[in-house]
Amino acid sequence: MEFAKNMMIILLTAILAENFILTKFLGICPFLGVSKKLDSAVGMSAAVIFVMVIATAVTFPIYVFLLDPFELEYLETLVFILVIAALVQLVEMVLKKFMPALHRALGVYLPLITTNCAVLGVTMLDIDNWDPSISFGVSFGNALLYSVGAGLGFMLAMVLFAGVRSRLDSEKTPKCFQGMPITLIAAAIVSVAFMGFGGVVDGLFK
Amino acid sequence: MSKQSNLKVLLNGIIKENPVLVLILGTCPTLAVTSLAVNGLGMGLAATAVLLGSNIVISLLRKVIPDKVRIPSYIVIIAGFVTIVGFLVQAYAPSIYEALGLFLPLIVVNCIILGRAEMFANKNGVLASACDAIGMGLGFTLALLCMGSIREILGSGTWFGMRIIPESVQTMSIMTLAPGGFFVFGCLIALVNFFLMRKGKKPKQEAGCSGCPMAGKCAEAAEGGCK
Repeated sequence: MEFAKNMMIILLTAILAENFILTKFLGICPFLGVSKKLDSAVGMSAAVIFVMVIATAVTFPIYVFLLDPFELEYLETLVFILVIAALVQLVEMVLKKFMPALHRALGVYLPLITTNCAVLGVTMLDIDNWDPSISFGVSFGNALLYSVGAGLGFMLAMVLFAGVRSRLDSEKTPKCFQGMPITLIAAAIVSVAFMGFGGVVDGLFK
Repeated sequence: MSKQSNLKVLLNGIIKENPVLVLILGTCPTLAVTSLAVNGLGMGLAATAVLLGSNIVISLLRKVIPDKVRIPSYIVIIAGFVTIVGFLVQAYAPSIYEALGLFLPLIVVNCIILGRAEMFANKNGVLASACDAIGMGLGFTLALLCMGSIREILGSGTWFGMRIIPESVQTMSIMTLAPGGFFVFGCLIALVNFFLMRKGKKPKQEAGCSGCPMAGKCAEAAEGGCK
């Protein structure tokens, strides 16, 4: 019971209270760039969830077993970005060879994800949340769960915002507000809605 | 290249092709760290330092790096400079280091820096690349300072810690939170668009694809931008 409760807290915090896009400002570029149509928003966020989980699964053990024992923490940035860049290439090749259907759906988004700050951000936040006193199995599970939650939060924001944007297109806006400015102001309003989730997770599991 | 054109390159980045407000690149740090003016300034200067270092090194190595592995090479060079700048900020400005937090290492994936490496430094000489880096970096800093000032004055009534609005006036604390970031950024871009249109130029409508270093690989960009 305690275990399930902890899992729910991690997931819901990552999805709602600390939504990556709308409260942490990670992954704004794809949020503004790819959220115009619902299907591409879903495709992009599916690719992000996929890469986030794989990236965490690789970078977290590297940090715990290689960088931390040898006191190489300062190489975190360098190692993580290289691992993610190599990983995205590898995943793309594997998908192309073995899962062509999935590659067709996610392939166009994969190269964009290499330099996506949400992916690098989630791997670094997992390290920040890492508590060396907890056994590796549990903390690794928590890190993976946090990545899934962060990815789902990304997807939620993208899908919600794709809906908002399709309405925006048909509205008459002042000329200098057309395009990017009105999109950002709409994002401000959506983000106000997400502020309301601030205390929800704490309140639910008191 | 003559001196005149280097100066032009430098000024280009500050005003005409301001990376944040005109090219709409590097949106994440712009929104995230500008709740206080001093954080915006710190972020801008840190990114400028990284940009200057990486542009110079990439421009020096532009004939050595094979074309096929150029993006990973750029990433390694940039990540090295980010680590150095991170140490410097931690040592000399610990309060800014705390405030920037995650976004200091995330300079690595800032599209302005990779974008300038791909679009400018690998085609131009060292001096021109350095001028371009300083121009773009100052443009980024200026935009962040501007955002930070607006948000700090409206949200906390102070500017660089000095009180501007008397304490008896209720400030709009939402300006320092996430929604205020989106709102102020949207309004600033609208203002820039307004001036661009008065000069008869077409403002940029969508998120920067041309500046994105992945544009060459991105199928969507080939079809006319992220849609």
